[in-house]
Amino acid sequence: MNILDVRGLTIQGTDRRVLVDDISLTIAPGERLGLIGESGSGKSLTALALLGLLPEGMAAAGSVELAGTQVVGASDRQLTGVRGRDAAIVFQEPLTALDPLMRVGRQVAEPLGTRRRLRGSALKRAVVAALEQVRLPEPERIARSFPHEISGGQRQRVALAMALACDPKLLIADEPTTALDVSVQAEMLDLIDTLVRERDMAVLFISHDLAVVAKVTDRALVMKDGRAVEEGDIREIVRAPRAPYTKALVDSARTLESALDLRSPR
Amino acid sequence: MSRPSTRHSATLIAGCVTAGLIALLALVSLLWVPYAPDDTSGGRLAGPGGGHLLGTDKLGRDLFTQLMTGSRIAFEAGLGSVLIAAAIGITLGVLAAFTRGWLDDTLAALLDILIAFPTLLLAMLVVAARSATLASAVLAIGLAQSAVVGRLVRILVKRVLAQDYITAARTSGTSWPRIVAGHVLPNIWPTLVVNLALQFGLAILAEAGLSYLGLGAPPPNASWGRMLQEAQATFTTAPAGALAPGILLVMLVIGVNLIADGLRDTLDPAARGRR
Repeated sequence: MNILDVRGLTIQGTDRRVLVDDISLTIAPGERLGLIGESGSGKSLTALALLGLLPEGMAAAGSVELAGTQVVGASDRQLTGVRGRDAAIVFQEPLTALDPLMRVGRQVAEPLGTRRRLRGSALKRAVVAALEQVRLPEPERIARSFPHEISGGQRQRVALAMALACDPKLLIADEPTTALDVSVQAEMLDLIDTLVRERDMAVLFISHDLAVVAKVTDRALVMKDGRAVEEGDIREIVRAPRAPYTKALVDSARTLESALDLRSPR
Repeated sequence: MSRPSTRHSATLIAGCVTAGLIALLALVSLLWVPYAPDDTSGGRLAGPGGGHLLGTDKLGRDLFTQLMTGSRIAFEAGLGSVLIAAAIGITLGVLAAFTRGWLDDTLAALLDILIAFPTLLLAMLVVAARSATLASAVLAIGLAQSAVVGRLVRILVKRVLAQDYITAARTSGTSWPRIVAGHVLPNIWPTLVVNLALQFGLAILAEAGLSYLGLGAPPPNASWGRMLQEAQATFTTAPAGALAPGILLVMLVIGVNLIADGLRDTLDPAARGRR
């Protein structure tokens, strides 16, 4: 059975404009799917709709089955059980993903406390372990820090630790490396790659960057203006793109790469 | 960034000292006042000195005694109004921020209507329905201010709710009450507490205005507003009776506003990261 089964997902904005149009996708357990598209193509909205977290005024139609639960039309109460346990999300902006006024340790403790019912010293140990597993140095010190006292890359690792805290079956990563420096970006990608492989976790990886998606996923769906324009094996897409938009994406990525080739001394 | 932060604390200290002096007067008045409030033995309109620090009013009552009780009443009015405004305003604001559709629109419109309603008119209504006491005045001011607080809280909460960390908390299964207590209230608190400090100053001014019109605390409880009104006719011959409460009123309101400014700079979460 698929962990995620989306059929004809359509999202309408407050002004009844169709923002996401008839998207269908499936993710099998342990599978890694990339969602590629430019800003405003509806990929982030799609991600939020999967957990029933659309902003006020937006309406989703169609069918989203997450680990057997129908998300579209479900109440907040019904979804509380699904979120975190079946799927968790990492956001693009590491600064807004953490509460600026709460110590990092307490924020990581939140899902552990509500989901795993850990308390006291057991909770403290679990927090340190969660921070350790995302390769954060000095986890005890980081747990005592406020978000503004640690770097952007560290914040993003904390956000990842929070998402992974309850061992979800599906990790939704919404441009998790876009706001980071290129060098930190590569480390973060490696980390996500290793962690989800270790856990045999399914991933929905959202990015506008074809190269980033190609690195961590097996399959990809290309979106433009709220519609799916192409879907398939990521190697196939890179090797022989069919849709004009995908062709343009691949070409621009190649142009950058050849610029590097020209510059590098042989 | 050391210079701005020292200036910030200077604002806060100046405000605390100014308002603190008057708070001290108010506290002492609870235990001791030079004369009983209805003691008219001093002779009418006596000048400063001679047993009466600031002289007496047209009925022969000691002005300094009235000033001390007046400061106590000013603090009672300020604290009472702000407590009522905070209790009602925060509850309504948080509710309005969480509701959607027509209910949100209705609550928002209700708050706007309440803001458009003049405080004085509302106060007269409350006083007419109850009686002219300090409690009526405080209730009226608190109700009027709760609309201002409520509207502010609604906007602040809505802004916090749109942040990713709220979505993250919802994803991790944290319940709404815990999200409000753990994430929303702490994040709106810095802005809210500054606004409440400003409301405190406004409430004191409003109470003085109501007492001036005879809608505040009845005699023998001296309120600065009533002292101003009573001294009005004799201002040219005995100016101390109007000057003293006037100066204290201005001092207290400025002091409270300085505290609000100082708090804004020390509590601002954006400024915290830089220090």
